[in-house]
Amino acid sequence: MVSINTLSKTYDKSDIPAVDSISLQIAAGELFGLIGPDGAGKTTLFRMLTTLLLPDSGSATVDGFDIVKDYKKIRNHVGYMPGRFSLYQDLTVEENLNFFATLFGTTVEENYHLIKDIYIQIEPFKHRRAGKLSGGMKQKLALSCALIHKPKVLFLDEPTTGVDPVSRKEFWEMLKRLKEQGITILVSTPYMDEATLCDRIALIQGGKILAVDTPLSIVKQYPETLYAVRAGEIPRLLLDLRKYENTLQCFTFGEYLHFSLKHDHSGAIPEVRNYLELQRHTDLAIMPVVPTIEDCFIRLLKQY
Amino acid sequence: MEAVIKTERLTKHFGDFYAVNEITFEVGRGEIFGFLGANGAGKTTAMRMLIGLSKPSSGNASIAGFDVYHETEKIKKNIGYMSQKFSLYEDLTVMENVRFFGGIYGLSGKTLREKSESLVEQLGLQSARKKLVGSLPLGWKQKLSFSVAILHDPKIVFLDEPTGGVDPVTRRQFWDLIYAATLKGMTVFVTTHYMDEAEYCNRISIMVDGRIKALGSPADLRQHYHASSMDEVFYKLAREAERTAD
Repeated sequence: MVSINTLSKTYDKSDIPAVDSISLQIAAGELFGLIGPDGAGKTTLFRMLTTLLLPDSGSATVDGFDIVKDYKKIRNHVGYMPGRFSLYQDLTVEENLNFFATLFGTTVEENYHLIKDIYIQIEPFKHRRAGKLSGGMKQKLALSCALIHKPKVLFLDEPTTGVDPVSRKEFWEMLKRLKEQGITILVSTPYMDEATLCDRIALIQGGKILAVDTPLSIVKQYPETLYAVRAGEIPRLLLDLRKYENTLQCFTFGEYLHFSLKHDHSGAIPEVRNYLELQRHTDLAIMPVVPTIEDCFIRLLKQY
Repeated sequence: MEAVIKTERLTKHFGDFYAVNEITFEVGRGEIFGFLGANGAGKTTAMRMLIGLSKPSSGNASIAGFDVYHETEKIKKNIGYMSQKFSLYEDLTVMENVRFFGGIYGLSGKTLREKSESLVEQLGLQSARKKLVGSLPLGWKQKLSFSVAILHDPKIVFLDEPTGGVDPVTRRQFWDLIYAATLKGMTVFVTTHYMDEAEYCNRISIMVDGRIKALGSPADLRQHYHASSMDEVFYKLAREAERTAD
């Protein structure tokens, strides 16, 4: 459904590419996540795929149409929700929705079934101006407007950034239901914990793809055994473990530290424990853990 | 515990809307205090009162020993503040920003020079001293912004979502800076949407609909709410909210 071949873009004022020779294939009906921090190149990639920005080199097709030659056709077949709220603030909820439906030559009634679940939550406020809505409601309206012409592919650029954990969870439940309607969804997010909600993900940093796979496979490819460790004084534990000669990586992770070893063998963990006890750490707990996507990202960045 | 932040039934209402409704808590010297809540729970309004930018409707609060009604200028001198939105001047260089903000906080001459040098060195920014802040990656901006906010050795530093959108490695480097500051006795008051970062705090409070619904160490809260993670605690509390976001 979306095919990207060595796509690159460098902005005029910069000497570093925003998107650096990215290639990706996304199948019809997939919920695909682009996971990476601010400045990774997610928005630039989305803007090229939605024909709002021309690439410097490489090519891409969306639903079989070329992003440069067939840009008009693509615009009719995709929905795009930019990171910044970009509906008409001085039109009401209902007016915005009608406007976007008309623009794409359809009516709200014709595709109401697509947006019903989402729109029903803001329908009581349909006479309110979009600018006066709360953040969560704006998000729901923007998604309704991006869906009203029944797009084949939906591009959502950081829909959950700055949104609290409860609203984030609700938003992902809406996406799951949309996927069931057969819409291909590309969503970008800086929140690593959202990765597991996607069918497949690409981890992206510095304009480059670090890994593409299902979240489960990415976790399975973690090269070492990852351990969680805890003690009475976490800040001191962190410093001591980083000093330890057999430590490969060590970083904070919630209430634990996560760490891996350069040379892992049956006696390695007792050695670590011994070392930490010599440093007078108390209440020590060390156990192997299943890596999360965030652990994988840190491993791929090869830092710490 | 020597309290450096003390509030008693602190309230702010706009007409009949109680953005912050009688919150009472204390933060001790050297503590990392996490101030959590859903969008619209009242965190920003509360923080604005604590840093002397907004007058409370009722209740009391003292910050570093100064009263939030009458001594706001003294409060501002004794605290540092950084947020994701307001940070540094993008069209000034790294060094110009450091000198500018140092000057605002009353540093000058030799002290300012020495402090600026050690800051740039600590952050490994020597080669970027003459670069415009606007050209730095977000993670660097946030680390620099934090270091500038504590350049005048404030008693308390207020951080409003300091790590939003930053990559996981930089996010942790940022917390290394926070730990280092607290080891020097600084108190850190921080808001975040990352629940793993809540675990890095000594104590946290969770606001729901203008009130503090939970307060304690992460371990205590997990136990109290029979939850395996802070994410779960937050979800249990915040889904009861009646207010819509923002």
